[in-house]
Amino acid sequence: MEMVKLSIDGKEIEVPAGTTVLNAAEQAGIHIPRLCYEPDLSPFGACRLCVVEIKGMRNLPASCVTAVAPGMVVQTRSPAVIEARRTILELLIANHPQDCLTCEKMGACKLAQYCYEYGVKQSSLQGERHNYAVDDSNPFIVRDPNKCILCGKCIRACAEITGKNNLDFAYRGFDTKATTFYDVPFVESDCVFCGNCVSVCPTGALTEKQMQGKVRHWECQKVRTTCPFCGTGCNFDLCVKDGKVVGVVSGPEGAVNGRALCIKGRFGWDFIYNDRRLTTPLIKRDGKFEPASWDDALVLIADRLSEIKAKYGPDAFASLSSARCTNEENYLVQKFTRAVMGTNNVDHCART
Amino acid sequence: MAGLATSFGSGAMTNSISEIAQAELLFLIGTNTTEAHPVIGYKMRQAARKGAKLTVVDPRRIELAEEADYWLRIRPGTDIPFLNGLMNIIIAENLYDRVFVEERTENFAALKETVEKYTPGYVSGLTGIPVEDLYAVARLYAGTDKAMIFYTLGITEHVCGTNNVMSIANLAMLTGHMGRPGTGVNPIRGQNNVQGACDMGALPNVFSGYQRVIDPVAREKFEQAWGVSLPGEIGLMIPEMFDRANAGEVKAMYILGENPVLTDPNSNHIRSGLEKLEFLVVHELFLTETAEYADVILPAASFAETDGTFTNTERRVQRVRKAVEPLPGKTNWQVIMALGEKMGYPMSYGSAEEIFKEMASLTPSYGGISYARIDEKGLQWPCPTADHPGTPYLHANSFVRGRGLFQSIEHIPPAEMPDQEYPFLLSTGRILYHYNVTTPYSAAIKSMWPEEYAEVNPEDAARLGFVTGDTARVTSRRGEVTAKVRVTDRVPPGMIWMSFHYGESPTNVLTSAALDPVTKTGEYKVCAIKIEKIREAV
Repeated sequence: MEMVKLSIDGKEIEVPAGTTVLNAAEQAGIHIPRLCYEPDLSPFGACRLCVVEIKGMRNLPASCVTAVAPGMVVQTRSPAVIEARRTILELLIANHPQDCLTCEKMGACKLAQYCYEYGVKQSSLQGERHNYAVDDSNPFIVRDPNKCILCGKCIRACAEITGKNNLDFAYRGFDTKATTFYDVPFVESDCVFCGNCVSVCPTGALTEKQMQGKVRHWECQKVRTTCPFCGTGCNFDLCVKDGKVVGVVSGPEGAVNGRALCIKGRFGWDFIYNDRRLTTPLIKRDGKFEPASWDDALVLIADRLSEIKAKYGPDAFASLSSARCTNEENYLVQKFTRAVMGTNNVDHCART
Repeated sequence: MAGLATSFGSGAMTNSISEIAQAELLFLIGTNTTEAHPVIGYKMRQAARKGAKLTVVDPRRIELAEEADYWLRIRPGTDIPFLNGLMNIIIAENLYDRVFVEERTENFAALKETVEKYTPGYVSGLTGIPVEDLYAVARLYAGTDKAMIFYTLGITEHVCGTNNVMSIANLAMLTGHMGRPGTGVNPIRGQNNVQGACDMGALPNVFSGYQRVIDPVAREKFEQAWGVSLPGEIGLMIPEMFDRANAGEVKAMYILGENPVLTDPNSNHIRSGLEKLEFLVVHELFLTETAEYADVILPAASFAETDGTFTNTERRVQRVRKAVEPLPGKTNWQVIMALGEKMGYPMSYGSAEEIFKEMASLTPSYGGISYARIDEKGLQWPCPTADHPGTPYLHANSFVRGRGLFQSIEHIPPAEMPDQEYPFLLSTGRILYHYNVTTPYSAAIKSMWPEEYAEVNPEDAARLGFVTGDTARVTSRRGEVTAKVRVTDRVPPGMIWMSFHYGESPTNVLTSAALDPVTKTGEYKVCAIKIEKIREAV
């Protein structure tokens, strides 16, 4: 592999040819701010926040779309760069709602984070502001186009991860909008509600509806687990607050899926709290189910199974285990069936 | 699974999901991947758009058919003639991998003789696939170095499911598409832990790791570990359990996390079997149609309430972590353990990890896997030792059984085909928005997709006077259901397609009782029905 030597903020580094300046800096431990760049999406160069100063170049190039060259001398925090980034942030917030107190993204908003880092408290630029309706048309995703900074990550996630190409830029200039074909609400579009767009959105433009008003990002305890639906085995984090699951989020680390999920994995978790969940053992008496204690239920089962085994033999018993349950549960069901009941009558619906 | 076990010696998916990105051809047969396994579907679509060829063999114009280089609209139940037809062309044109066939396989002569009569013209007549498409796809598959075959229940849920699978194995071996990255025979497992439930020995013929119960050595090992004597006869498979329950021979059942009334074919037979039981325990999240028959219902803990592992379709063992306390107060493994204790068989696991450790110590393919090792990324079995890196693809230098076994497979038509009284062919499957029978309990998902829509081709709809939204009665020899109708050319004329997610439209009342004789898998994909309008769309 051809290697290229360059200097970033005075550090001499060597990276493979073709690496972008942004990634080269990352390898040298230098973080360059970015809004539209995402490692698992194609580079786009839209937000300009990642601009750097490169000796010999006329303008400040966007480091996410500039490849390294031998002998390059890069400054990532020169006064010109800092000033440019401030101006970019001021331009962005000139037309951005500042209802951060109640914004779902508070605590995880990239725009707010960079404004904070660069000391941009308000915009010196006053001009027209958008007043779009919020798309609240479906039970999964809330879309507030007023908070969109046109980074295009949702568009690329939809095209490059999910492959639905349901989103694109519409209209021109100030009216440019990241939206669906014909600018219709999600529910009327071809959206499959995978939420992969939500997982990359840097601002409060796309948020999970089920989490609205429930949890602040910093309150959320994240528990990495494996999806309980199909056999793909996607990883995601369950967000837990006060001992309750409040949502699902995905990062780029999933072994099989990266950040990609489908509607079931990302939004189907609320079956956990369906009103019809059984929470106590039930014993049928005179054709009706009556609540019982764990001990009463288990004693009854043990007695009846022992009786039946004694009267009819072990093979009068059969158990169905479950392809939805864990390995540990399945192992115990077959162990119970074989070691306790004394029969090999154990199966599960592997065939469906 | 039995099919691949016969051909290769192992029933699992041979290769890995990540290899989709390296493949030059994706050959899909009987899998609607973007709906049933969406994230794998994304990867297929990405690969196709980056230049990999895509062949889709499916009676329905599924989403990936739109992206395919070849979409072959095969007649349901004619997979074997189709596959034999491809092999006929590949052998006739000398496109097969002679070296691989000679060095790695056996019984080639028998295969060659069988496929000889499956000439392109004959096969085209049976399958409805044009002769030129048969030639093109045969040449494409044989001529591509890295070609992966994927299939799911469109292949296995037939009376000839096992034979279908062995035919696919024949095709892959014939062309040497085995034992390398970006190749292989890849059944995508339906449920999150089908692979794991099989691996754990929740099957009537094997202990964990496919150690056979009839093998005295394996039995002795488990007898020693578990401190009891164990039965040596193979147990009952699900359909046999319900046959015996109906016959009054099986008297008691314990059912964990399954709802056979809704998901098994010919559900009236299941219901009568459950009714005849003297004692039924159902361990479930919800009061399901099956739980209604229970004498005792035990409330189950969901995946978010327990520690453990799932094994995905590519044999990757991954962690499940307890995020919240179990709603019913006990995890499922604690309940089974307590029940064992009450019956005089103490099990004293302090954690799910201790169960895993015991299992791994008795299961060679899991022997090197521990919670510590799979904390971040999971490991793909076989992983026999603590320093083994796991196995992304199987059969690298030799098949698990030694040589790959070619099987002579003849066409077996579906058990029940449309006739004058029941003129339509019903096929069933999953839709994107639901997962079997759990997702209807998601309020958000249920609010958007609350009811069944039977797909009807526009030609049939015009003849029967259906428009989308009408309510229809769908009747087979076994029962009837009502469902809304969607008019769409996703299905060919003469075919109706329904999902099985909804308790209100329990499609499996209709499906055939015919089974694959080896695996006892129901023929969910083909039965004969009639359909009549009972209400106009509003």
